[in-house]
Amino acid sequence: MVDSSTRQKLFGTPETNFLNCSKGWKSWAFTLDHKRIGIMYLIGVTVALFLAGVFALVLRSHLFTFDSTMLSDDMYNQMFTLHGAVMVFSFIIPSIPAALGNIVLPMMLGAKDVAFPRMNLASFYLWIIGTGCLLLAILSGKGLDTGWTFYTPYSIDTNTGVIYATFGAFILGFSSIFTGLNFLVTVNTMRSKDQGWFKLPLFVWSLYATAIIQVLATPVLGITLLMLIAEKTLHIGIFDPKYGGDPVLFQHFFWFYSHPAVYIMILPAMGVISELISVYSQKRIFGYSFIAFSSVAIALLGFLVWGHHMFTSGQSLVVTLIFSAITFTVAIPSAVKVFNWLATLYKGSILLNTPMCYALSFIFLFGIGGLTGLFLGALSTDIHLHDTYFVVAHFHFVMVGGTLTALLGGVFHWWPKIWGRMYNDFLGRVGCFLVFSGFNLTFFPQFVMGSRGMPRRYASYDPEFQIFHQLSTVGAFVLGIGILLSFVVLVYAALRGPRCSSNPFRAASLEWQSSSPPDFHNFLQTPVLTDPYDFESQVYDEELDTYIPREFANPDKVAPRKEPVHH
Amino acid sequence: MAVADSHDTHDDHHDLYDHGEFIAHHFDSAEQQFDSGKLGIWLFLVTEVLFFSGLFVAYTLYRTNHPEVFEQAHVFLNKYLGGLNTIVLLFSSLTMALGVRAAQLGRNKNCSVYILMTMVCATMFLGVKAVEYSHKWDMGILVRSAFNLTYTHPTPTTEIGKSLHISDYLVYLCIVPALLLAGFLAASVISKLINKTMLAKFMVAMAITVSGYFLGVVVGVVFMSATDAETGSSHASVIAEQPLMLMASTQDEHDEGDHDEGDHDKAAADPNHEGDHADHEEHFGAHPADGGEASFDAHHPDPSTLSRDIGIFFSIYYCMTGLHAIHIIGGIIALAWLYWRSLLGHWRTDYFGPVDYVGLYWHLVDLIWIYLFPLLYLID
Repeated sequence: MVDSSTRQKLFGTPETNFLNCSKGWKSWAFTLDHKRIGIMYLIGVTVALFLAGVFALVLRSHLFTFDSTMLSDDMYNQMFTLHGAVMVFSFIIPSIPAALGNIVLPMMLGAKDVAFPRMNLASFYLWIIGTGCLLLAILSGKGLDTGWTFYTPYSIDTNTGVIYATFGAFILGFSSIFTGLNFLVTVNTMRSKDQGWFKLPLFVWSLYATAIIQVLATPVLGITLLMLIAEKTLHIGIFDPKYGGDPVLFQHFFWFYSHPAVYIMILPAMGVISELISVYSQKRIFGYSFIAFSSVAIALLGFLVWGHHMFTSGQSLVVTLIFSAITFTVAIPSAVKVFNWLATLYKGSILLNTPMCYALSFIFLFGIGGLTGLFLGALSTDIHLHDTYFVVAHFHFVMVGGTLTALLGGVFHWWPKIWGRMYNDFLGRVGCFLVFSGFNLTFFPQFVMGSRGMPRRYASYDPEFQIFHQLSTVGAFVLGIGILLSFVVLVYAALRGPRCSSNPFRAASLEWQSSSPPDFHNFLQTPVLTDPYDFESQVYDEELDTYIPREFANPDKVAPRKEPVHH
Repeated sequence: MAVADSHDTHDDHHDLYDHGEFIAHHFDSAEQQFDSGKLGIWLFLVTEVLFFSGLFVAYTLYRTNHPEVFEQAHVFLNKYLGGLNTIVLLFSSLTMALGVRAAQLGRNKNCSVYILMTMVCATMFLGVKAVEYSHKWDMGILVRSAFNLTYTHPTPTTEIGKSLHISDYLVYLCIVPALLLAGFLAASVISKLINKTMLAKFMVAMAITVSGYFLGVVVGVVFMSATDAETGSSHASVIAEQPLMLMASTQDEHDEGDHDEGDHDKAAADPNHEGDHADHEEHFGAHPADGGEASFDAHHPDPSTLSRDIGIFFSIYYCMTGLHAIHIIGGIIALAWLYWRSLLGHWRTDYFGPVDYVGLYWHLVDLIWIYLFPLLYLID
């Protein structure tokens, strides 16, 4: 039995924690602590999100009327390019793994840090340098107008800052590789004693699958962008048709990375959702191994479908058919996850707080985003829908409706753990409602106008599409307000929110066995290895007003374990 | 049981730092640290392989589409110099492996000697490479857009070039190493004067390392002139067998200087030239079984196209060997760090991870060259 003062020490509000154990800007700038690096990453990606979000709002404002003169055509091209490039390379890809994953992953393994803390910090600084290079394209006054895909031969001919931007993306690629490599090694070598692969939280599985993609796909982007830079400066003639090069080769190389990159964006989000759904249903996750292996399946299948971005680029029909078929198979592991989440909800005791609201939004929005992907994977419909707003709506449903929603849900879920303070749940839910409704208002009309033939990336359009664009623009601002509100709620909570206990949600994964905020070394004692989805392992402690592992509780006051009920 | 000993672990917090000089605080044991590093370096090597894969794919694609270009282009590469470099790198892998063994046994002095030998091999490789590069630049063998084959060697204009009968480009390529050599020698003298013997030793080793570059240059130049008859005759045979290429080169001399505009004009005037890409696809799609010559005649009536296509081979050649050379330089920096730590006597039987990791990296760099050499030099 553990006496109450020990319990207080282990799970109570600690005097020293990773936030206040050292002070001064240097203690942050040169920190090797994964939690601090994660927080710096979180701040960084938030800045990128707001920046790229402003580009999006400018775009949407321009598109409010069909004959708008707010932006010149060139400026319009630059706006959508910068929106896409910053969102993809600087925001979404690092968002969940590098920010949330960094904070949570080692703690979920009961480790003191990631395997290579210095590499972790280097990853963050590479992120800063890479994002800086991307922004240099704007600051140099040249802008960037190729679209985030840098397709040749236009990217070779244009005089805008393609070299800055591609170099930035190259550096950001290494930042991503460092994170992925670190996570792979950490999961392999730093797990708690006796923590087998099937005792890992599903968030760890999804980060592991993501890391596989980061390590295997990103180097190909790196060499491709280097060759593009060489092509632009030396005219080596590998991509430039003017010198006998093959511009479609660039597309193959680019999508060999960038399609798996789509799964770098969505897989960690799926991992977050698996955690949230289970914790806030207080029910063992349904089909653990199916969810775990579906992450790996998605990661591997993701390497075999890049050609579906090039159905209209002049591939042979056989290749196109094969890519289309494999694309459909990706739907299977994705659907496996969705069914398992829904089955977890069934007869669970659901707590509809902010993170759960985001998780439920995710399932709905990801469902739409995923199903519309099938329209685009089918050859006949894709010819019609290719390069229309339908595509734009589809990937925003997955990227924003999926990843951003999961990021917000995950941030709300782990916020009390990071700061030891609770957010205002009502305002959090209002923010979630605004994000959800604003998002649908923005992108649902885009499905309609896309299927009616509205092409993407056009600065002006036929008057018949105006009503859809106007709905979309209004929605974009609602979405923006929702995100802003969530941001305010979170920042206020971190600074002034009421103190909260170490495990307010009765979660069973290991990170909740640390105090809130955690100690510099994460755990003051070796954590008790519990099944991450066995919520009966955590019991309520009155003195501390929190849930603690059964092993630490006062045996006189502990309710006996409930036998599982079979329905 | 975790519950029982929780008091102790908490009170003895400093225990976390107390497990060995070189074990980072977040690892439980030397073994865990070594395993992590080993897995990490293997994963890094995977990323390296994939990093090069883009270039290998480009190579495969262009070679499949234009076998004739590759057959005719490779004769401009001196396989004796390539072979010499292969031997040098293989030997460096041997010394590296011996260095790893010495570190595993905790023999720091032996380890430092082997690492120094590895570094000298690395710089020697670069020296030979510099001879090769400068020789090609002299002949106008450059990347696709600037490709302008002349066969003649321009007379050197720099004083050193004239007196030693070497290419101007080679002189330029020796400037940075010469400065480095002077810098390291000066640094070793200064550190000797201020009684930092260890640092002086390190700087001398660095100077020896850089001298390896000049050794490579000298050996390369000697080899080049020794095999000149051979390569010269192979050039000549190309000219004899492929009169088109000779024509191509002379034609190239005419429109020297304004390649870009020239290309535009030609593209406008000649429908065959427009969209080389479509042309290439046709090659691949319609006549997959065609040998070099037939399709060459059918699809390249304009001889300048072939000459320029040889330029694509050299674009790929420069990208691959250039990227490989960058990796060699990165390796030398890592090896220098290992050398310094060997001088400090860091390696012990239970701590030698860094030597092992850099060794693996070095073997990979070697291995990539083992692939590059036959793919680029030994095409016949």
